[in-house]
Amino acid sequence: MTPLVARPWFVQIAAPVLLGLLVLCGWQGFCRLDHIPPYILPAPGDIGASLLANRATLLHALWSTMKVTLMALALSVAIGVAIAFVLVQSRVLENSLLPYVILMQVTPIVAIAPLIIVLVKAPAVALVVCATVIAIFPIISNTLQGLRSVDPGLADYFSMNKASRLQFLLRLRIPSALPMFLAGLRISAGLSLVGAVVAEFVAGTGGTSSGLAYEILQSGFQLDIPRMFASLALITVAGLALYGAMAALQRMVLRALSHAPGR
Amino acid sequence: MIANPAATPVVELRAAEKVFDDGTRGLVPIDLAVQPGEFVSLIGPSGCGKSTLLRLLANLHAPSDGQVLWWRGGFDQVGGDGRRLSFVFQEPTLMPWASVLANVRLPLDLAGVPRQEAQARARAALQAVGLAQAQDRTPGQLSGGMRMRVSIARGMVTRPDLLLMDEPFGALDEFTRNRLDADLAALSRQGGLTTIFVTHSLYEAVFLSSRIVVMASNPGRLFGEMRIDPAIVRDQAFRLSERFALLCRDLSVLLTSAALASGEGA
Repeated sequence: MTPLVARPWFVQIAAPVLLGLLVLCGWQGFCRLDHIPPYILPAPGDIGASLLANRATLLHALWSTMKVTLMALALSVAIGVAIAFVLVQSRVLENSLLPYVILMQVTPIVAIAPLIIVLVKAPAVALVVCATVIAIFPIISNTLQGLRSVDPGLADYFSMNKASRLQFLLRLRIPSALPMFLAGLRISAGLSLVGAVVAEFVAGTGGTSSGLAYEILQSGFQLDIPRMFASLALITVAGLALYGAMAALQRMVLRALSHAPGR
Repeated sequence: MIANPAATPVVELRAAEKVFDDGTRGLVPIDLAVQPGEFVSLIGPSGCGKSTLLRLLANLHAPSDGQVLWWRGGFDQVGGDGRRLSFVFQEPTLMPWASVLANVRLPLDLAGVPRQEAQARARAALQAVGLAQAQDRTPGQLSGGMRMRVSIARGMVTRPDLLLMDEPFGALDEFTRNRLDADLAALSRQGGLTTIFVTHSLYEAVFLSSRIVVMASNPGRLFGEMRIDPAIVRDQAFRLSERFALLCRDLSVLLTSAALASGEGA
């Protein structure tokens, strides 16, 4: 019989959950036994209580952050894939444009977010633009690399069989690029959330009330530290959910691609 | 099928040479005509331009000078009835995301053959290489030998008139290679197609060919050739016969001379 610690479900699910519970219990015990005041470090129990008490406000803020995140992710995919397709058309185009795409990536969003928020009048649009700027790069670079990673032998085979440009694209380039694109999508999903939160912080500092980052700022001003931690916990859960959803999508698409009878 | 020297050559090189962009001379001007039904093997030391020559014949390289003719015409007329060309690479070169059946069906899909007919022909091609059971698997789920058989099935599914093979069994173990050689000999006999086959193995060349073209390197050129009676049945009995051994010896002598002419010690 396989020992408990060697079973896949234990290693993959139970072990990390158990570790998490252990840390939470230790944290709770430490706060209670040492009488740490909640405005210094709230115990997990206090955070949970605050989450329950403020659930309406916090869930509304979560929804607001998720809206920005998902819109930024959708925009990143649409614009990023379009840019990658344009760049892959010619080396000259790629060499001309890629430095500027990289320039956009290496400029810290915190530095340019205030500028975007000033330039774009509608606050909601400004938040989405900030998050998109952060999230778009992995989509562009991974899609581009995927489109370029076509097996040269297969490309020869297609050209020898006089494949049209459309056949090249649909039957060779896109399926070859999909695994890289999906890996980029997973990274971008996380970055969209980071972008949304950063943008909300900047906007929140300027007085625009929106999302979980704004809740964190407000809680800080009011010394409501359990509520601050509760907002933080919601951001973490949202990030994990997003990552899990993208990982599942990646598995699903790759499985469908390899099993599609029509392909 | 016995080659008829009076027939229109399936493919022809007329003083075709290849100089690469970096100035390397891949092939000196070469004249070569392959008649319908011939099984021609190209053999020679590394760097003698066997693969370059095959790529010229597949229109994957353009000659720097001279001409390549298919059925006495340009490449644009290749693909019509009686003028189909297929290429089998050194690697299986399959689409890793697609099923075995979809991989075999690919050239038919690209040619716009109706789906039902393409499916039926792909299944028949898989049957011919003994892989009917594997049609729904992906290439990653197959062994190296099985992947190569899928690649051959894809090469045969278009019912080619000219089959070009670039050392397709080079990476396989001896046992699998012998088996695939026997399969290829049988397929080639049934179809009566013209085959040009690049190999490093003199045993394989003797077993399969009706003509063996020996090449030399520095620069890549034709060095000599050897003909083998196409009427000989290529089976295990032939492989074990004295005649096979003698032919291998003759080819070995020719190859040694080619190696010496290429500036290599033999």
